Amino acid sequence: MKRLLILTTALSGLAIPAAAQQVTVMGWGGAYTASQVEAYHKPFTAKTGISVVSVDADNPATPIKAQVEAKNVTIDVASVEIADAVRLCDEGLVEMIDVADLPAAPDGTPAADDFIAGTLSDCMIPTDVFSTVIAYDASKFPDGGPKTIADFFDTTKFPGKRGMKKGAKVSLEMALMADGVPAGAVYAMLETPEGVDRAFAKLSTIKADAVWWEAGAQPPQLLADGEVVMTMAWNGRIFNAAMENNKPFEIMWDGQVFEWEGWVIPKGAPNLEAAMEFVKFSTSTEPLAAAANFISYGPPRQSSGPLVGTFKNEGKVPMGPHLPTTAANLTNALASSLDFWADRDIELSERFNAWLASN
Amino acid sequence: MADITTSDTPGLTTADGRPLKSALAHAQARAKRRAFFLVLPLLAFVLITFVLPIGQMLFRSVHHDGFSSNMPALSAWFSENPRGTVPGEPAFAALAADLDQARINKSAGEIGTRINYDLPGTRSLFTSTARNADRLVAPYKDSMLAVNAQWDDARLWETMRGASSAITPNFYLSALDLQRAPDGSIERVPPENRVYLMLFERTFLLSAIIMGLTLILGYPVAHLLAVLPLRTSNLLMILVLLPFWTSLLVRTTSWIVLLQSQGVVNSTLVATGILTDETRIQMIYNQAGTIIAMTHILLPFMILPLYSVMRPIPPSYVRAARSLGASSWCAFRRIYFPQTIPGIAAGALLVFILAVGYYITPALVGGASGQLISNLIAFHMAKSNWSLAAAIAAILLAAVLVLYWLYDRLIGIDNLKLG
Repeated sequence: MKRLLILTTALSGLAIPAAAQQVTVMGWGGAYTASQVEAYHKPFTAKTGISVVSVDADNPATPIKAQVEAKNVTIDVASVEIADAVRLCDEGLVEMIDVADLPAAPDGTPAADDFIAGTLSDCMIPTDVFSTVIAYDASKFPDGGPKTIADFFDTTKFPGKRGMKKGAKVSLEMALMADGVPAGAVYAMLETPEGVDRAFAKLSTIKADAVWWEAGAQPPQLLADGEVVMTMAWNGRIFNAAMENNKPFEIMWDGQVFEWEGWVIPKGAPNLEAAMEFVKFSTSTEPLAAAANFISYGPPRQSSGPLVGTFKNEGKVPMGPHLPTTAANLTNALASSLDFWADRDIELSERFNAWLASN
Repeated sequence: MADITTSDTPGLTTADGRPLKSALAHAQARAKRRAFFLVLPLLAFVLITFVLPIGQMLFRSVHHDGFSSNMPALSAWFSENPRGTVPGEPAFAALAADLDQARINKSAGEIGTRINYDLPGTRSLFTSTARNADRLVAPYKDSMLAVNAQWDDARLWETMRGASSAITPNFYLSALDLQRAPDGSIERVPPENRVYLMLFERTFLLSAIIMGLTLILGYPVAHLLAVLPLRTSNLLMILVLLPFWTSLLVRTTSWIVLLQSQGVVNSTLVATGILTDETRIQMIYNQAGTIIAMTHILLPFMILPLYSVMRPIPPSYVRAARSLGASSWCAFRRIYFPQTIPGIAAGALLVFILAVGYYITPALVGGASGQLISNLIAFHMAKSNWSLAAAIAAILLAAVLVLYWLYDRLIGIDNLKLG
């Protein structure tokens, strides 16, 4: 036993210098991590010689909390959603990252101005933007599908069932935008009781035609079954269904509500310096654009947009039109407000549940 | 020992001279201990997996120290000053000191979350004020009101008072659509936010309907199984049990495939001309969907106890009644039916209690109008508001126990046969 202990101690002693040349990155797995490996991990190792170990978790925010509190941190960089990032930052579980340290865009625009306004926060550097959009089956609309978010709520012009996310978040924002509130004024309006009433009144207009979904996999299925003619959906799921199952699904970007995710560095990361290098490299203009070739989540840097190529670099499907961040898709778009939902989630969810359950 | 040797039968001893009574007691105690060790694993298992979690849930429903443990100075002020005291400079000084400590401990989010449960829209008040709490100076009241005028809100202070002790009934109030008024009295929440009482009512109503349907559907099936020759009935029994062996999710999603408006049933009706494309019936994503799917899924829980009670009923009883001139209805009502009551009782109780706590099926096929209270428990679990989830679950548990007690009074629990 004692010998074994000495041996393992010696081995772990040996392991430390070797570990200095590597960085452990925790992702979400699946196609999402695959896109990051291609766009970030491989080029980073090629450039710096620092190897990247990729590990997966259902939601990397969960192990971060556990590891930091147990003071046994093995992750250097983790991919988390913005809501979790802010919470982790508030609780002091992740490092602050100074935006001034990030590389500028190729044309010299500082990083702080290059990232889409509102996406930067104290502890997280965004890697991609995903969005809740309206998707429809083009074959159901021979004369042209919905063009604006108001069309989604217009069952006389576009008859048929609507797939809706069973939750207050995003539903209320879309209802107000459909009611004519400009994207910039949505959250100010929702702060007032009249604004909330107005949003629920708008939702009530299509309540009888709504089919509610909870899991992200449901909307493509509802569309495929012909159960709904249009639905709120996450843009990546619709893109995948269209590409991989050849479904005639289209995305209407008007009134999209987008969120973002990105890198955090847990407090006490074993390879802090390498982790910072990795974050700086992977969130520079070119890698962010490269990642968007593998998954339809948009690069958060404006300078990345023009560099985005085709799906899997195969030269067939240009990715630009399928990304939430492409300029043409951002004309009437809303950035989901974290502060608003941190404050109002309970109250509005309760009201939403009451509204939903009443007949 | 001494009193035993001086008892009435001093003469009886074992071969080695010990009094028989004590030797016997000794041997029996050993056997009892051994038996206890045999049940010990099960006892530990039940304690760890059942009693402990339920105890923890009940505790959590009245306990939340997110505010009290992080705001010691202000909590102390609340305990020294009775309700109705206007918060003056000392109160604001305590508040500012606690918020500054929260800034250092990064606990403002936790504090804000606790207050936000009872007074929505206040989480950011705590996080934003705490972020700059080191800049607060005396007089603290003016300094804090300058940051945000909401700090003077009477309702906020009442809420903080409520949260200043870790033990609170407020989660039960929320679960019953009640809230605290600024003066500390209890009032109903605004009509547009009332949801729990209505869902409790709906849950019990739908469970009762599902229980009734399984009984109506299950009784003849169980009877058929009981009277057929064993070989045939075993075969049919497999058909009853087959759904049991299929995943719950598979069964629920098959109902979606069958019942949705472009599904098998509707399409068949349209193809045969009974319906047109415009009149397709909405049978799923509403209450009907919940009732149909849950009735199917819970049917075996009704059939099995009924079958086990019906099987041993001798067919000669009904034949005897008929030969004595009873009509077939009379023979059923007065001879056969009373003998099956223990099975009905067991099946009904089983189905009802299972239905009351059902979660996944209503979530998938219930749409808006088919949601049950369990869906809100799951909702609050997902939102990390465990205390409210625990309070709703505790109320559900209490309601089921009351029904169980009523059942025992009306039918008698010894009149229950589970198989």
